[in-house]
Amino acid sequence: MSQADLSIQGQVSRTQATDLMTAPAFSVPAKKMAMWLFIIADTATFAGCLVAYGFIRNASPSWPRPFHSITNVAIMTLVLLTSSLTMLFAVQHAQLGDKAKAFRWVMITAVFGILFAVLHIREWMGMISEGATLFHNPWGTPLFSSLFFSITGLHLLHVTGGVIALIAVGTRYQGGRYNADDLEITGLYWHFVDLVWMFVVPLVYLLNLSH
Amino acid sequence: MTTADTHKSSGIAKDVGVYICLLVLAGIQFVIAYQDISAKQMFERMLIVAIIEAGLALLFFMHLADNRGLRWFVIIFTVAVLFGLQYGWTDSYRLINGVPWAH
Repeated sequence: MSQADLSIQGQVSRTQATDLMTAPAFSVPAKKMAMWLFIIADTATFAGCLVAYGFIRNASPSWPRPFHSITNVAIMTLVLLTSSLTMLFAVQHAQLGDKAKAFRWVMITAVFGILFAVLHIREWMGMISEGATLFHNPWGTPLFSSLFFSITGLHLLHVTGGVIALIAVGTRYQGGRYNADDLEITGLYWHFVDLVWMFVVPLVYLLNLSH
Repeated sequence: MTTADTHKSSGIAKDVGVYICLLVLAGIQFVIAYQDISAKQMFERMLIVAIIEAGLALLFFMHLADNRGLRWFVIIFTVAVLFGLQYGWTDSYRLINGVPWAH
């Protein structure tokens, strides 16, 4: 074997090794994988909050059930679920290269997010007007208010961050700086926010409904 | 109709189908909230429905159904974290059953 052959063989094996080192895990692009890792970490955050809520609720002998109506929370759920669907439409149009429609659907999703936040704040204002604050609860243990405002507040913070991200990424996608993959990654985050709400509603609202 | 259009319409139909399923499941949670059952039973039923909802959202909205490797990666990590968080329940029951004011 000549020196040239050995050199070529060495280059090939180095290329294969580099490919192995740089090949994305599970054939998922690095940016998307980063979002999935963030989602897994954030799942732990929300799960920690909800388990702590369950722990305290279970250990409190007189847990209040202050919610009389489910109308507002039902509308909020409908709005958030619909926003996930509109986000899917945005990603599908983006993947087909229809930039105008994709941008429009992203903005519709953002509007749904803003509507959800407004409804959420209205819900909070109603409770605050009845005397509930982070450290005071007129219906019994103050832990209820602390947990309610903390968990729903953390979720509202995620929705607000999501709306900002949707507007920022949507605008940059429209401007040509971002592509369909970036919209899809933002969509993953938005669906995650929706997914968390599916657990917050039954545990924090529906289990505390007065009969 | 082009192949892209066919793919798009079938994708949208699937997404709308999953969205309707999620709405129905969310509705079931609201129905459970008005059932005359104990808090424990209510919690169990609502949690089962929420897990089904989350599974649908993960598989179809977040496209985990399309990537087997990533699906197992996410499931194993998430389930491990969720199991890890359950260590405190025995203490929670001790608080409610093992202190005088609880009775």
